Amino acid sequence: MLIPHPLLGLRDSQEFTYLGDASLMNRPDPSAVTAEADFCDYVFLRDNPAGVHRELWFHEQGDRSWLIVTRNTLTHEILGAELARDLPARGAK
Amino acid sequence: MKFSGIRVLKEALTGHKGWKPLWRDPDPKPAYDIIIVGGGGHGLATAYHLAATYGITNVAVLEKGWLGSGNIGRNTTIIRSNYLLPGNQPFYEFSMKLWESQEQDLNFNSMVSQRSIINLAHTDAQRDAYRRRGNAMHLSGAGGELLSRDQLREMLPFLNFDNARFPIKAGLMQKRAGTARHDGVAWGYARAADMRGVDLIQNCEVTGFDITDGRVTGVQTTRGPIKAGKVGVAVAGSSSRVMAMAGMRLPIESHVLQAFVSEGLKPVILGVITFGAGHFYVSQSDKGGLVFGGDIDGYNSYAQRGNLPVVEDVAEGGMALMPMIGRARLLRSWGGIMDMSMDGSPIIDRTPLDGLYLNAGWCYGGFKATPASGYCFAHLLATDTPHTTATAYRLDRFNRGYVIDEKGVGAQPNLH
Repeated sequence: MLIPHPLLGLRDSQEFTYLGDASLMNRPDPSAVTAEADFCDYVFLRDNPAGVHRELWFHEQGDRSWLIVTRNTLTHEILGAELARDLPARGAK
Repeated sequence: MKFSGIRVLKEALTGHKGWKPLWRDPDPKPAYDIIIVGGGGHGLATAYHLAATYGITNVAVLEKGWLGSGNIGRNTTIIRSNYLLPGNQPFYEFSMKLWESQEQDLNFNSMVSQRSIINLAHTDAQRDAYRRRGNAMHLSGAGGELLSRDQLREMLPFLNFDNARFPIKAGLMQKRAGTARHDGVAWGYARAADMRGVDLIQNCEVTGFDITDGRVTGVQTTRGPIKAGKVGVAVAGSSSRVMAMAGMRLPIESHVLQAFVSEGLKPVILGVITFGAGHFYVSQSDKGGLVFGGDIDGYNSYAQRGNLPVVEDVAEGGMALMPMIGRARLLRSWGGIMDMSMDGSPIIDRTPLDGLYLNAGWCYGGFKATPASGYCFAHLLATDTPHTTATAYRLDRFNRGYVIDEKGVGAQPNLH
């Protein structure tokens, strides 16, 4: 798979480390009343969709930036990539 | 139709005209006591044990494609009970015992072959860890012995013992481990369940659950609605998709795992060998092909096929462990979708919805678990209590902090 890095162009996915669903950017509010349950959901539960999936890839053997890659989990087709830092920390979905 | 040596002889003398299909192909009835979603190894084993062990025969297995079309026919056929943690090891040892009696129980040749497994250690620390694991295996009655480097060199002279980075220091052997004919296992359970009255319904995809007042009362399928007293879901890599129809999110990600087989070679590898420094394991099929694999690709996938970086990684592992494998040509590779759970251990439990039960999260270790998974899931469906060897496999263990993390890597499914 080739990932279209916004700054570096097409890069081999081997240069990256995969973390998971991009919703991991949305860390729950630790001071909320429901924080314990919120964090359980955040840490353990996933949508795991068959189809378009927004996910976090770390360019470990490159410029060490975090990307949000949009990819189809049924075909492995990559539909786009953006720098995670360009998105607000909350509500990135 | 019972299989026996006499019957094979009789058929041989009469032109093999007496063989019949192994199971019926019935249309769904309007209602069943229990519906199993998923006609793979675990679903079929569950149906068999519901009928054979718990006497519940008004059961249907609903399969989207054909029986055994998923991971039961895609794995590397290894059976073993060499786990460490108390939540896991008694369960896998229970499974091992069921493997040992499976062919007699099912009257079907699933080619269970206890040809041993050897896990290689490459550092002193790893040898200590294997010694500890061996002790845990003995506590569950699974057996196991630590082999020295000299013993290993005698048994497996072709391994690269003096690799500068990964010298072989020791090995943990379980003699009772081995391999089985993977799709034969599915056929054996299917036939044995069908003979006891279970309806195996193929080309029947579940498209929704009927839920009234927090209780599942049936399923919608591509072959019409079917009522059910209880519904058990055993769909491996599709778990998240199916349970989403009941409004549930699971502690599971679906990942692709690849496997490989070489051209047929003369017998060279007796049992199963695993490389302890990289992720590589190999055995030899009865046809002679070297069957091997390694890590999952590492990203969410439902594609049933992987990419080349992992092919390369597995081949490198093979070359580091046994350089002679470089002379064998790769014949085929394929992929299957693993239900990778958040702690690397499975789930066999009720769900928040009454009448809906889940069997999932097998990661890439589901094949060896097939008999016990079916037994324990049938026990849960029949009695509403967990089987004694599966009490740790609760769905809510993550919230409660009772994860069963053999590798100790945390809630990161692609590392398990």
